[in-house]
Amino acid sequence: MSADAALKTPLAFDPLKVRAEFPILAREVYGKPLVYLDNAASAQKPEAVLEALRRGYAEEYANVHRGLHFLSNRSTERYEAARASIARFLNAERAEEIIFTSGSTDALNLVASSWAEPRIKAGDEIVLTILEHHSNIVPWHYLRERHGAVLKWAPIHDDGSLDMEAFEKLLTDRTKLVAITHMSNALGTILPAKELIAMAHARGIPVLLDGSQGAVHLRPDVRDLDVDFYAITGHKLYGPSGIGALYAKREHLDAMRPYRGGGEMIREVTMETVTYADPPHRFEAGTPPIVQAIGLGAALDWMMALDWPAAQAHEADLIAYAHERFGQFNWLHPLGTTAEKGAILSFTMDGAHPHDISTFIDRQGVAVRAGHHCAQPLMDRYDVPATTRASFALYNTREDVDRLMDALLKCRELFA
Amino acid sequence: MDDALRDLYQQTILEHGRKPHNFGRLDPHSHAAKGSNPMCGDRVVVTLTVDGGRVADIRFEGRGCAISQASASIMTDLVKGRPLDEVRTLLDAFTAMATTGETPGGGLAEDDREAIRLMSGIHAFPMRVKCATLGWRTLEAALDNQSQTTTEAQPGKQEAAR
Ligand SMILES: Cc1ncc(COP(=O)(O)O)c(C=O)c1O
Repeated sequence: MSADAALKTPLAFDPLKVRAEFPILAREVYGKPLVYLDNAASAQKPEAVLEALRRGYAEEYANVHRGLHFLSNRSTERYEAARASIARFLNAERAEEIIFTSGSTDALNLVASSWAEPRIKAGDEIVLTILEHHSNIVPWHYLRERHGAVLKWAPIHDDGSLDMEAFEKLLTDRTKLVAITHMSNALGTILPAKELIAMAHARGIPVLLDGSQGAVHLRPDVRDLDVDFYAITGHKLYGPSGIGALYAKREHLDAMRPYRGGGEMIREVTMETVTYADPPHRFEAGTPPIVQAIGLGAALDWMMALDWPAAQAHEADLIAYAHERFGQFNWLHPLGTTAEKGAILSFTMDGAHPHDISTFIDRQGVAVRAGHHCAQPLMDRYDVPATTRASFALYNTREDVDRLMDALLKCRELFA
Repeated sequence: MDDALRDLYQQTILEHGRKPHNFGRLDPHSHAAKGSNPMCGDRVVVTLTVDGGRVADIRFEGRGCAISQASASIMTDLVKGRPLDEVRTLLDAFTAMATTGETPGGGLAEDDREAIRLMSGIHAFPMRVKCATLGWRTLEAALDNQSQTTTEAQPGKQEAAR
């Protein structure tokens, strides 16, 4: 970050002010102030979201799209307004291109089941990267097991960046879909999505981006990316769990078969036949998580009201500072050091296993994640069973990094 | 460092974790099993030879946290040379201790109880109990002639992991 940006940051984006909007961050654990660095697993919620949830239940609650009464109209309005917020957040052309799902896992399964499954024949190829989360692996394994699809894995360089040449070579006339992460949850690597999408489109191959992390740290613009499918999950976006969304280009949605069957997704049901509603409702069977959707809308409205370039500069400063501090100790080994990465730092430490590190520093009030991060192929790539991961959010500060380092130094004393 | 941590990471445990006893693979052996904890990816392999109703020799290998390595190491020390009925008693006592924090009195020699109590600090860390039981569950699977187990299998009714 330039000195100029450093000077401007506190004026445009004040992390302490943002932090004060998250009540949970004021609490203590084990008598120590909480340092919450497990944001890639799930982020905390600002007052704006908590208030939207409270209002959703306390003042405006009824089922959506069914009743003709006042509250049903009101909750339907709020629910559809949340869809519009997601569309605005992703810069989708229309709200109808946004399907509510229960999270990105559900969104990815929706694409696999409704778009890919009817189109995949034995020998057809799906291109993934070795960075993928199990949520963007297992649905494709289903197609391999059930229909003979072939999974092709794009490799990475040691610094965690994608091997672009190898990726391009995987694109063949058998490739039916490229399904890749926008940003790795385990390493923080940001993929050059626009470029990759252009490569795939040049060969007529559609692209699905798993935006579970990307949507949190980058400001994805689905039209600029020209991406075909983009999956997001609410609980990482400062919103509730149990809600997420799939963006899909209208042309794909029109051509996709329904996902789950039930109420809300039909036009007409007789004893002999059924016809389906138009997108997006065709893909939303049953009573949705109404208030969670409204909460997600509130979370994205909250994010959109921030000075985004300044917020991003703050996250860039945090991760740069964390890497700088880690660089001071030769017993700490960050995984994923490419410059093209977001605010996630995965590492191993000499003499201590990630689980022991996590248990130990938890007692200093520092919450991190230890494990394989649902990315076992990636762990195998680095030949480690697990890593410790510190992942940052807008409300974290350099002081949080310092607290993490202090805790790691104490941990080192015990295990070295 | 707080008391719960100090209880969990006692010097003896750290030493076992750093330099596990009976580490490696016994070949030939009469019983063997692989155990894994799908939650965290930790793995151990237990190989042993049963001769005349006793555990004549036993080794384990694997990678994992200090707790899983130390627990498996202490286990091999404890069961080596022991008749199988005593091994089963130890196994049950350890499992009970890890899940309840209490060491059952009945049928255990004072030395055994002390050895098992070494790991009783785990009880304050529910998320880590499976780290401590992994080696023991794998030994149980080996004795039951099951080649694989996971920490998700029910005690006493091990399902073969796929
Ligand atoms: C990259 C990535 N993909 C998919 C998921 C799955 O998200 P969810 O569990 O909210 O469906 C996650 C989060 O765990 C993730 O980080």
